Amino acid sequence: MTKAPHLLKASMTYDGGPADTGPDMSLRPGSGASAANRIVDGPAGRKPRKALSRRNILIYGTLIVVCLYYLLPLYVMIVTSLKGMPEIRLGNIFAPPVEVTFQPWVKAWAEACTGLNCDGLSRGFFNSVKILVPSVILSIIIASINGYALANWRFKGSETFFTILIVGAFIPYQVMIYPIVIMLREVGLYGSLTGLVIVHTIFGMPILTLLFRNYFASVPQELFKAARVDGAGFWAIYFQIMVPMSLPIFVVAMILQVTGIWNDFLFGVIYTKPDLYPMTVQLNNIVNSTQGVKEYNVNMAATILTGLVPLTIYFISGKLFVRGIAAGAVKG
Amino acid sequence: MAAATKPSRWHRNLNAKLAAIPMIVTALVVFIGGTVWTVVYSFTNSKLLPREKFVGLAQYDRLWSSSKWLISIENLAIYGAFSLVFSLLIGFVLAALLDQKIRFEDTFRTILLYPFALSFIVTGLAWQWILNPDFGVQQVVRNLGWESFAFDPLYNPEIVIYGILIAGLWQGTGLIMCLMLAGLRGIDEDIWKAAKIDGIPMWKTYIFIVIPMMRGIFITAIVLIASGIIKVYDLVVAQTGGGPGISSEVPAKYVYDAMFLSQNLGQGFAASTMMLLTVVIIVVPWAYLEFGGKRK
Amino acid sequence: METSIAINNLSLSFGNLEVLKDLNLDVGKGEFLVLLGSSGCGKSTLLNCIAGLLDVTGGQIFIGGRNVTWEEPSQRGIGMVFQSYALYPQMTVGGNLSFGLKNAGLPKAEIEERVNRAAKILQIEPLLKRKPAALSGGQRQRAAIGRALVRDADVFLFDEPLSNLDAKLRADLRVEIKQLHQKLHNTMIYVTHDQIEAMTLADRIAIMRGGRILQLASPNEIYNRPASKYVAEFIGSPTMNFFEGSLEEIGGSYAFKTGDTVFPLDGYTFQNGPPASGDAWFGIRPEHMVSGAETANAPVRLDGKVELVEPLGSDTLARITVGERTLWVRLDGQADISHGDAIQVGFDPARANIFDKATENRN
Repeated sequence: MTKAPHLLKASMTYDGGPADTGPDMSLRPGSGASAANRIVDGPAGRKPRKALSRRNILIYGTLIVVCLYYLLPLYVMIVTSLKGMPEIRLGNIFAPPVEVTFQPWVKAWAEACTGLNCDGLSRGFFNSVKILVPSVILSIIIASINGYALANWRFKGSETFFTILIVGAFIPYQVMIYPIVIMLREVGLYGSLTGLVIVHTIFGMPILTLLFRNYFASVPQELFKAARVDGAGFWAIYFQIMVPMSLPIFVVAMILQVTGIWNDFLFGVIYTKPDLYPMTVQLNNIVNSTQGVKEYNVNMAATILTGLVPLTIYFISGKLFVRGIAAGAVKG
Repeated sequence: MAAATKPSRWHRNLNAKLAAIPMIVTALVVFIGGTVWTVVYSFTNSKLLPREKFVGLAQYDRLWSSSKWLISIENLAIYGAFSLVFSLLIGFVLAALLDQKIRFEDTFRTILLYPFALSFIVTGLAWQWILNPDFGVQQVVRNLGWESFAFDPLYNPEIVIYGILIAGLWQGTGLIMCLMLAGLRGIDEDIWKAAKIDGIPMWKTYIFIVIPMMRGIFITAIVLIASGIIKVYDLVVAQTGGGPGISSEVPAKYVYDAMFLSQNLGQGFAASTMMLLTVVIIVVPWAYLEFGGKRK
Repeated sequence: METSIAINNLSLSFGNLEVLKDLNLDVGKGEFLVLLGSSGCGKSTLLNCIAGLLDVTGGQIFIGGRNVTWEEPSQRGIGMVFQSYALYPQMTVGGNLSFGLKNAGLPKAEIEERVNRAAKILQIEPLLKRKPAALSGGQRQRAAIGRALVRDADVFLFDEPLSNLDAKLRADLRVEIKQLHQKLHNTMIYVTHDQIEAMTLADRIAIMRGGRILQLASPNEIYNRPASKYVAEFIGSPTMNFFEGSLEEIGGSYAFKTGDTVFPLDGYTFQNGPPASGDAWFGIRPEHMVSGAETANAPVRLDGKVELVEPLGSDTLARITVGERTLWVRLDGQADISHGDAIQVGFDPARANIFDKATENRN
């Protein structure tokens, strides 16, 4: 076959040879506005597509319907919590409130009764905060140091302990509940907030350690080696290099722990006493108590109040939340 | 000079070991020790307090002849099977829809995932209200003129577990969708291009090329859903309390009730050991497939 | 020569971002065209438009005389090979080759014949039963080419097919692709950022930048007569030496004046006849400079000092300073020079390239 077939086309001639080379334009086909119009009859430009193609209707239609379904419970909770009881008894749970009242919210927060306590969910809220703050801090400190030791300072047996830890994450909590009750009782912490904080730290350890270990392992080893050459030790490298470099993963871990611990029910009900119950336990006791007349509006206000903390975290953190659950889930 | 300032090998390891003490204690004492303790004491006749009087398999005999436990197992099987199938199906379909380079993807994803941020207690109470036969969906439809409409899963022992399933799926499918979406995004763009050049229709590309490529994500999702299923407890407590009667009991609740309500520790230990056994049956083959293969 | 692919006034934009700008291009039947440019120049985008994987925003695409602007990729009569191979991982090589054909409903015998023929051409017959994961990089790329081959397409599109391979394998497969083209005589469009691939494979090279084709010509032409300073700098390694100065007419003949040095341009062929005098760049390739005895015949001679020597075996690169200017010179591999030596180099301005200072186009 001939080498370099040169095409001779009326407007686009560029025949390589120096002598008969045309004006500058032909050297630069398609350059700027001077390029010739070569459009001929037939399809040209963007393929015509209807904005409402069947494909788009199917995709957006399905997603919108599904999203409405997912939003429905939240909507129902909100409208119910803003209605008075008479309106609830007469009406339709999907209807917006005719007369908006915030009384159920006030009652849920400050007056609803669980057993003998009639100071509302506020007690549970503050209990949850008292559980949450130390649990989150303690579990993250311990897990990040663990992860750091596992990623950068492996010692004989460290991987074995880590494997046990990860396998342990699959053991149903029910298997370990009672031995922990005994241990806490032995040290006198059973039924106290401190005991619950320890329990949360223990059960948060597998996923958090994994999270930190993988993150620290992805930090370039050269950096770690350079610090070693500079004479930095275990703690110096941790505090001066690893922690400042890893703030995003600390945020991810925090999101993971705050939602996880706030939403916990099982440990709260087992390891604390009624006046120390976290918000979820107290909520369940308020709503599912068999005594008295059911006040659905107060129940729904209480339910929303309990969901508010994780929901706020969720909507603020956005992509980081997704990253947190993905990191926790994919590898856990 | 350098050797003098550099910490010795022994010292370095000491720091790491000290730092790892909480992990070592948790792994050895709580996870291994606790599990072994519970399994051992499941062979005793412990009642209010643990006792070392061994009775062989008596607790297990009692367990498997208890109707509450049998119902729990049946419920778990139904809930598990449907939850697994629907979570994967819905999660994948939603992820595939979100992966069509659509507008407002972030908004859709935010809406589909928000239930996952809520606790099972909140989820259960919300759906308890929606499914309330006197005020909820059933009544709304009846008010529209369909007088004989019946949909009261939480008050009908026959279908109560499906009422819990509805709430469980609402809470959990968003997570599976996110996983699947991450999996879909991980697929090389060129694979789609190659399939387009080959003229493979989109649905065929998904079924014959993309899904087989997402094997790892599917396995992760299955393990995740399965471990969630076995743990299901709070949802039932909030939504039905195990009722009507004992028709929506689940194993995790059986364990709690035996240990902390009916002072029957031995039953609790036996039931939790059965739960552990279930997990072992699920996790061991998976771990073997995932990690056993790689070592070869 | 018949036209295989015609691209008329093609443009593509994503929102406000114009990726391809009013592009015209004709590719002859059986031609091997290379789209060359640095990343982000639009070369892969153009290829994806030709394949139908991207919807164009303006213009037309003809393949084999047929207007395919709105056609589906599978209807365009093309085969495509990707940088990442894009083999279907859970199917065997044979399955990869036949999947599209099965889907198109071709008879079994025909599929088998095509797969076997492609496998024979590419010498991957023993691999047909294996899965991509069990293949080496080169074998995978061959299987990917096979998938394009079985489509019996007239046009092959290659999207940086060798970029994921190591240097040795890349050289081997480059030769194989060239042989394949010589055997099949298909039209091939090949996208790369590697100038050696472009020079060795192409019948013609289209140098792209900013969504436009800067120059479309044979490798020889592009190397010897780059249309603009950008093209001149892009092709060749080490890059062309440039002198800043001005074109001047002295007694009917032209010369290039830089500082107080004057290069006579008697042998230089101007692009558009004698130009107006003015500021210009004078470019000369390192390999067009000579030293030692040959310098005696060179119309221009410069005295410099060796600053750095890079012996490559086959030849030696030297960086020399002439006055305040630094020049790269490609010398014989046996050249005996070292750092600090005085050196005289020479060149023939007829081999030079002169670009207008303002437009950077060839004079």
